[in-house]
Amino acid sequence: MVLTTADQPRMTQTEFIQIVMPFKDKLYRLAKRLLVSSEEAEDATQEVLMKLWAKKKGMGRYRNVEAFAMTMTKNFCLDRLKSKQSGNLKLVHSNYADETKSLQRQVEVNDSLQWVEKIMDTLPEQQKLVLQLRDIEEYSFEEIAEMLDMQPATVRVTLSRARKMVREKLVEKHNYGIR
Amino acid sequence: MELDRIERLLEKYFEAQTTKAEEQVLRDYFTGDSVAEHLEQYSAMFSFFSSAKQERFTKQVPLKTSKAYYRWISVAAVAVLVFGIYFGNQYQERREAEYAYLQTKKALGLLAQNLDRGTKKVAYLHEFEETKQKIYKNN
Repeated sequence: MVLTTADQPRMTQTEFIQIVMPFKDKLYRLAKRLLVSSEEAEDATQEVLMKLWAKKKGMGRYRNVEAFAMTMTKNFCLDRLKSKQSGNLKLVHSNYADETKSLQRQVEVNDSLQWVEKIMDTLPEQQKLVLQLRDIEEYSFEEIAEMLDMQPATVRVTLSRARKMVREKLVEKHNYGIR
Repeated sequence: MELDRIERLLEKYFEAQTTKAEEQVLRDYFTGDSVAEHLEQYSAMFSFFSSAKQERFTKQVPLKTSKAYYRWISVAAVAVLVFGIYFGNQYQERREAEYAYLQTKKALGLLAQNLDRGTKKVAYLHEFEETKQKIYKNN
């Protein structure tokens, strides 16, 4: 038997940041989708990245660091939500985009975007996750299946349900606006 | 034609049967300016997805090299311990040596005292011997 130095060369901070850079925003957006508050999402992302940094030695083992990090973020946020529910704490958020728009039309558009976000907040967790990962982050069904530990076919069904739910509520709102 | 295609894609979209490329077509159409009136309700949806993707994570992440830090702390602790044991032992040995020295000195002092007394007695003996000789000579 031949002994090899299979040990990964030590990862530097710069290398780590280079690996993490392309998807750190995705982690944050996923966290924010689940936790709603941007401060909490920032904290969660920070936490996940620090955990990942602590695990950097074994990072070469993971086939897909990005998918792994997304799963970590999802689990971390769901745990947060669970402990929050048991603690009977309310989610507070007051951070919808507030760029000052001068035109009435833009105000309306902005308003309807916020509406979609609010609808998304009301979706069941799985639907919310799948919609986030597909329509915002544009992952493939296989990637989403890996991240959420689901069957690709189930991902498809859940996604269809989520999209239809958003449509339904949007139509409700639309009709209400016309009347 | 174009509108027809969009409507068909929308239908597929809600069944989650569209490909990523087809979804891009829908996004482009609905974030554009020429959305057909009867489809306008969907533009909020696709516009939201596009705008939601713009959010960035801007917080700094403190990447501590905590492991090395702890390693040095433990090295320092072991060093302190070793020094402590070494010097502590030395001190103990010195005290023991001092005690032994004092004891020896005391013993030697006692010996010297007794020896002195012994010599005095010998001096008496000598006197006795002289007197004895005198008596012998007189006889």
